[in-house]
Amino acid sequence: MKKEMALITENFLRYGPPDTAGYLEIGGFTGLEKALAGSPEELVRTIEASGLRGRGGAAYPTGKKMRQSAAYEGDTKYLICNADEGEPGTFKDRELLEKDPLGVLEGMVIAAHGVGATQGILYLREEYSHLLGLLEDSLAAMRQDGYLGRGILGGPLDFDITVFVGAGAYICGEGTSLIESIEGKPGRPRNKPPYTKAQGLFMKPTLVSNVETFSGITAIVRHGAEVFTGYGTPMSPGTKLISLCGNVNRPGTYEVPFGTTLEEIVMGIGEGVAGGRALKFVQIGGISGPLLPKEFLKMPLSYEAFEKEGLSIGSGAVLVVDETTDILDFLDAVAAFFKHESCGKCTPCREGNRQIMNILKRMREGVALPSDPENIQRIANTMKYASFCGLGKTAPTALLSAVRYCPEEIFTRRGL
Amino acid sequence: MDFVNLTIDQVAVTVPRGTTILEAARKININIPTLCHHPDQKVKANCRICLVETGEDQLDTACSTQVREGMKVLTTSKLVRETQKGVLELILANHDQDCLKCIRNGNCELQDLCERFAISRGDLGLIAPGDVTVDARPKDLFNPAIVRDYGKCIKCNRCVEVCREVQDAGILSAAFRSTDYTIQPAYGRTLDATLCTYCGQCIAVCPVGAIYEKTETDRVWEALDREDLHVIVQVAPAVRVTLGEEFGCEPGTPVTQKIVAALRRIGFDRVYDTDFTADLTIIEEGYELIDRIRHQGTLPMITSCSPGWINYMEGFFPEMIPHVSTCKSPQQMFGALSKTYYADKTQIPPSKIFTVSIMPCTAKKFEAKREEMVQKGIPDVDAVLTTRELAKLIKVAGIDFNRLQGEEFDAPFGMTTGAGVIFGASGGVMEAALRTVYEVLTKEEMPQINLYALRGTEGIKVSSLQIGDLEVKVAVANGLKNARQLVEEVKAGDSPYHFIEIMGCPGGCLGGGGQPINTDLKIKEARMKGIYQVDQTMAIRKSHENPRIKELYEEFLKEPNSPVAHRILHTHYQSRE
Repeated sequence: MKKEMALITENFLRYGPPDTAGYLEIGGFTGLEKALAGSPEELVRTIEASGLRGRGGAAYPTGKKMRQSAAYEGDTKYLICNADEGEPGTFKDRELLEKDPLGVLEGMVIAAHGVGATQGILYLREEYSHLLGLLEDSLAAMRQDGYLGRGILGGPLDFDITVFVGAGAYICGEGTSLIESIEGKPGRPRNKPPYTKAQGLFMKPTLVSNVETFSGITAIVRHGAEVFTGYGTPMSPGTKLISLCGNVNRPGTYEVPFGTTLEEIVMGIGEGVAGGRALKFVQIGGISGPLLPKEFLKMPLSYEAFEKEGLSIGSGAVLVVDETTDILDFLDAVAAFFKHESCGKCTPCREGNRQIMNILKRMREGVALPSDPENIQRIANTMKYASFCGLGKTAPTALLSAVRYCPEEIFTRRGL
Repeated sequence: MDFVNLTIDQVAVTVPRGTTILEAARKININIPTLCHHPDQKVKANCRICLVETGEDQLDTACSTQVREGMKVLTTSKLVRETQKGVLELILANHDQDCLKCIRNGNCELQDLCERFAISRGDLGLIAPGDVTVDARPKDLFNPAIVRDYGKCIKCNRCVEVCREVQDAGILSAAFRSTDYTIQPAYGRTLDATLCTYCGQCIAVCPVGAIYEKTETDRVWEALDREDLHVIVQVAPAVRVTLGEEFGCEPGTPVTQKIVAALRRIGFDRVYDTDFTADLTIIEEGYELIDRIRHQGTLPMITSCSPGWINYMEGFFPEMIPHVSTCKSPQQMFGALSKTYYADKTQIPPSKIFTVSIMPCTAKKFEAKREEMVQKGIPDVDAVLTTRELAKLIKVAGIDFNRLQGEEFDAPFGMTTGAGVIFGASGGVMEAALRTVYEVLTKEEMPQINLYALRGTEGIKVSSLQIGDLEVKVAVANGLKNARQLVEEVKAGDSPYHFIEIMGCPGGCLGGGGQPINTDLKIKEARMKGIYQVDQTMAIRKSHENPRIKELYEEFLKEPNSPVAHRILHTHYQSRE
């Protein structure tokens, strides 16, 4: 029942980056050649037809985003590849950058053609700075061979890419915080409007997309939208990279078509829970995602199936947690992460994480107050509805899902 | 114009595209709660209290969300109420709630919201018994003007914006992340270790009691209690049109005579008017200008009466020192006279005279403590109270301010002119100076003494006046960012002006950091109107026609800019770098 496949990851281990010649041999840059042979409008239509949605977690339709971005005119338009993969449990972008950097960068050049971008920036998370050399070398090789710079492939497209290394803040994965960070400011989210697509980096039109999205663009343009839509479900075409980790026998990054069930991922590809122990829950989408008990294993990985349950696929992380884990310990680790990573700008996130930590501490020590169960849920809901950005809104997701799916385990024997 | 139709709580409303939900709601008298929002500032949306329901299970901040066609907004749904209350509780859970001791008790936006949502600490249950400490830095009370109480700060960032974008000082900024997030000077310094101008505009925009003036009311009470001290008080021009606000009057209502009466009830031995030394400033500064023009002195000359401006200049543009008038401010001229001329006249030793000022300003507290303002260990001015502190003093004394019968200032420093009054508004010093300079130079009556081009709340105003053969070019700036513009011109050597008036605070002293809180542009405009009304009704409207000023020169100062005037009424500046 293994359903691993290679579309976005088709170049993995087939060439030695930054070797452009090897990349060419396996069909590299054919997507870019095809894209440049057609108009930007044709390219945008191809992406729209593929049904590709943003792979960073927000799942905004990529074609629509490109069309909107293309509509903004100006001397300078930025295209940013968000490689600030800070979501704990998520490492698929690292795999793409390590094993197929040319595929990612090719996707950026293709997208630049589609939206009329003049300057590209790859925002690399600080923890991935060991990839900086490889990326710089890949960019140099592309420049050398005419895939970057002035008049790409002899055509009218002028576009180059630089790498910007972040400083380690989780919040900088959020588009506007990432932009603030590049501008030299503390990573804190901006108000919208103005929207990034109109006034982003240095107040110029800017398109920000995830690493996997750019790899997807490369694959779609190379093979045609119909090859991409041949996989997955009608509402969720194509494939998704999964970061499988936790108490699982075979952790790693895997590409699966949408529609694959969680069970196929955990028990099939992942070869089951480590040590033969029982599954307690899986956390989907990283630390900002919900805890799903084993009843959810039958659920297919698709946007529509998840939305129906009020869930989100997020970045595509699947964290397997076995029966030996205490749920409060787990939730405490989640809360500690968000308390550390909150930017502090808005009240619910800054103060909510603080108070959730306080209450969890009392619960773990068995000295909870009678009001704590109600208050922790009220605080979590306030954060969910009232926070400024996605960080604060999703910080209590794990807690709220745990309350929903296993309230007894959280609230009994806690001094209540 | 492009209009948008929407409903807010089922009430249909049509507003221009680009309007926020908050603005649209206020138009139909729906009062959505706010904390970080300030009418004169940018949208911040960081407190999250103004949430409204814009769709199923969807809340957005009303301050930052623009209306859309067909939008259905709910401002009091269960989800809205519960979430707003949740946000408020989270603020309170780490807020030092000693409201009764707080300087903003009764005038606090957070307290108002707690009342509206009927919550107090007791309802929260967020904090375990015994665990009541607030996680915040200790208070900063190491300068004579401003106290920063970190335990009360709600991190709204209003002070940061005014400090950086209006006052161009950039002292306060947001530092650190998450629960460590705090609004502080760079590197966690105390304010005294920064180039803070002490303008107090941060106080004026703070919704809570996190920044306030360092109060000297206790010192004043102690002085009043002492039999051996002769306690006199001066009242600054801008206080008379703002104090009334603390007692329910409309902004701009002049309450001059009531202030005099109240100060006498409180126990001051003599009640004087800073307008008198404002007139004196005009004479000294006016002659200084004439001298600089006649003898190729450094031009443009820039006014020196705003200590916020002086602090800014000494901190950020010390190369401007030769341009700044050497005149002390009216407050300090009064103080200096009180310990010399007045002491001689009354035969009271200067050490037994305690001079209090009522000022619209926090930087005046700093100014009074400057070493240049202390002679032989005796300060020119002993204590400075803001307009707000005076209101407190009156309330503590149990005086029913509104029912007071008005009284007149004492002689000799109570005789004043309209020129002195308009010091309280941006452009007023310039207008008053030109009224005098014109007539001194031409020996003719000035045909039109209302210089409308210099009035109003615009940041920079320029004008020129033909005086004899010379076209005198002048400029006026209020707010330090605007001041910077004029200063940069001077620095670059292409300033066309002879004389520049700079007031540190937006609108001038009527918008000072010591004025009643909750000030916005409309209120400042009303105060300004009040000031010019007072000027219009004064019998004498030119400083050089003040008979008591003439007397002062005859008896004591001899002539403008005389050696004795220089010794007592002039000062010098130094770089703070």
